[in-house]
Amino acid sequence: MTDAAITGVVPPANEPLTTADGRPLKSALARAERMRRVKAMLLVLPLLLFIGVSFLFPIALMLFRSVDNPLVADHMPRTVAALEAWDDRSELPDEAVYAALVADLAEAREDRTIGRLATRLNYETGGLRSTITRTGRRAARLEPPFKEALIDLNEDWANPETFATIKRLGNRLTDVQYLAAVDRRYDVNDNIVAQPEVRQIYVSNFIQTLWMSIIVTVACLVLGYPVAYLLSILPLRYSNVLMILVLLPFWTSLLVRTTSWIVLLQTEGIINDVLVWIGILSDDGRIQLIFNAEGTVIAMTQILLPFMILPLYSVMKTIPPSYTRAAMSLGANRYYAFWRVYAPNTLPGVGAGCLLVFILAIGYYITPALVGGQDGMMISNFIAYHMQRSLNWGLAAALGTILLLGVLILYWVYNKLVGIERLKLG
Amino acid sequence: MKRFLIASVSAAALGLWAGAATAADQLTVVSWGGAYTMSQVKAYHEPYEAKKGIDILSENYNGGLAEIKAQVEAGNVTWDLVDMELADIVRGCDEGLLEELDLSVLPPAPDGTPAKEDFIAGTLHDCGVATILWSTVYAYDSSKITGEQPQTIADFFDTEKFPGKRGMRKTPKVNLEFALMADGVPAEEVYEVLSTPEGVDRAFAKLDTIKDDVVWWEAGAQPPQLLADGEVALTTAYNGRIFNAAASEGKPFEIVWDGQVWDLDLWGIPKGSPNKDAAMEFIKFSTDTQRLADQASFISYGPARQSSVPLIGKHFEAGVPMGPHMPTAPDNFKNAVQNDFEFWADYQDELNERFNAWLAN
Repeated sequence: MTDAAITGVVPPANEPLTTADGRPLKSALARAERMRRVKAMLLVLPLLLFIGVSFLFPIALMLFRSVDNPLVADHMPRTVAALEAWDDRSELPDEAVYAALVADLAEAREDRTIGRLATRLNYETGGLRSTITRTGRRAARLEPPFKEALIDLNEDWANPETFATIKRLGNRLTDVQYLAAVDRRYDVNDNIVAQPEVRQIYVSNFIQTLWMSIIVTVACLVLGYPVAYLLSILPLRYSNVLMILVLLPFWTSLLVRTTSWIVLLQTEGIINDVLVWIGILSDDGRIQLIFNAEGTVIAMTQILLPFMILPLYSVMKTIPPSYTRAAMSLGANRYYAFWRVYAPNTLPGVGAGCLLVFILAIGYYITPALVGGQDGMMISNFIAYHMQRSLNWGLAAALGTILLLGVLILYWVYNKLVGIERLKLG
Repeated sequence: MKRFLIASVSAAALGLWAGAATAADQLTVVSWGGAYTMSQVKAYHEPYEAKKGIDILSENYNGGLAEIKAQVEAGNVTWDLVDMELADIVRGCDEGLLEELDLSVLPPAPDGTPAKEDFIAGTLHDCGVATILWSTVYAYDSSKITGEQPQTIADFFDTEKFPGKRGMRKTPKVNLEFALMADGVPAEEVYEVLSTPEGVDRAFAKLDTIKDDVVWWEAGAQPPQLLADGEVALTTAYNGRIFNAAASEGKPFEIVWDGQVWDLDLWGIPKGSPNKDAAMEFIKFSTDTQRLADQASFISYGPARQSSVPLIGKHFEAGVPMGPHMPTAPDNFKNAVQNDFEFWADYQDELNERFNAWLAN
């Protein structure tokens, strides 16, 4: 096409190209492009806003909550200021600190913030809650010298650790929640030490969560691969029926499926009954299949299986059967043709299925809560506990952030090893 | 088309507005579900709806302050009245999550005794009015345990004498108390012992002796089911749930009252409820002498008013007198301990961590 065809007239050689209404062609084109981009932007804007509001903003809020610590700084300002000068942690602070403490607690009781303050301090040191609320009740009536009066009231005030806790929490930003999330804490001298052994729970549970997710993922792959293969090679009328068998549980409520596993696996349940009936087990020797880690893995594998089968199937469907036939015609046996020609072609589906199942499994909540019992708990159950029961949302946020980081790292490793562009969901 | 759109949008908006306008005729009351909510619906909600002509929307929850905290912090309170445990009332009140209630408006007993004296000591709080006393006990299936029957709390931990699995709630609360009492600590000294590190060690050591035999439950509806399925031989449970399974469904369940740990349920109003006054009206109605006595014929929880006790009738289906099945009946109350909310408010976080670490090992 010539310039003349666009503008309709032949321009003089030294003038820029113009459109019919005389504007330079270059800017007209740029303008049209810009309009298109703005329109495209407007089209995706609702989605972007939606993602921002419902996804990115809550995550940012969660990250912030895990380090945010305003309560002590806001409601015990005098005590925090007076504690600035307290350095020798082997000695109790002086009278000025106790006087500030009495004034702060009296005021906090007055404006009814003392409960939240007490709860916050209690997360760090069990027992401080009642110390704070009881002292608050009496604070307005105490007479100087406050040091003796307070120690007389409660022996926690004779413990330097109490003041170390208050001083530490006087910072508006804090890392204590992250330390707690990895079974660590600060001692009186602000050194990081391990929690007492009987209270160490989170690190081992992170490892257990990771381990269980890996087992579920591998189990899904081993069980799902042959099913997906069968689905892709069967004639349509059989594969449709098989597909419905895969999808039907997928469409059934999670709770229903989990509960049916309880019916099947409990010690008086169907599996145990059958095993006793055919004589493999004695009636007293029934095995515990549910309410433990094994039961959780079994139920989760069944629930997550479709997330493995579907991506595998969609990839297998696109592999022409002629590939394997060609390999065999060139002398490969069935086994060799499968492993060297067919299997590598299914890798994008394997990657997608494993990633999907693993990421779903690592944050799984309802199934472990129902069938986890004694040792099948996962980290999301503890996050839920701190959200719902202890109301320690800071610790819940820290645990959640660590989980999120873990997933991102694994995603990055996956990208390095397999390459995210090879991921194929369908 | 455009006109149609405008018309339908404004109609929808009008509908929303109308919905908001009628919201005061509706009260959202939140409780624990199952047989317990049923007893409240029968004894409180239905007569109140008939009397006042408003709708009561009944919702269920699983205890705790999480939902209330979320609603109050978001400034969008949709629950008007919540049935709560004492520990949550105290903590919610301290943290400003609950409305303070004017207790002087509560109706007096029929004989004129003021409400403050009529309610059992400790059942009224700045932010809560108690309805019932309930209890955690243990129970067994008498058709399975033949011969000698379990009698004491120590029997629950004795797997030689009474073999079989045990059902226990998956929380340190109450289980540690049971363990100490089974280990020989008198009821009145339980919390004193539990306040020392040695006492906690002692309780966990006692739990250790049956750890491999325990099936852990979480929702109150589970233990009767575990017993009925034969999954456990003995289980801890809320006394009302066991009674209902026995009375309504004819299950051969027996309760052992020795070492019972009792607690209160109270009405609380989340801070900022738009229907605060209507909720208070409902509290006044549902905690009068007759209503509290009525509730006891639907579930075996003891009324919080002394004047209600003589009015307690028979079970609405089974027809058995309810009096002897109350946690507070003299025969049942011989060796009982009240759940110490202050102890648990102080130590529940670290004891829960320790409990979970203990479970996982």
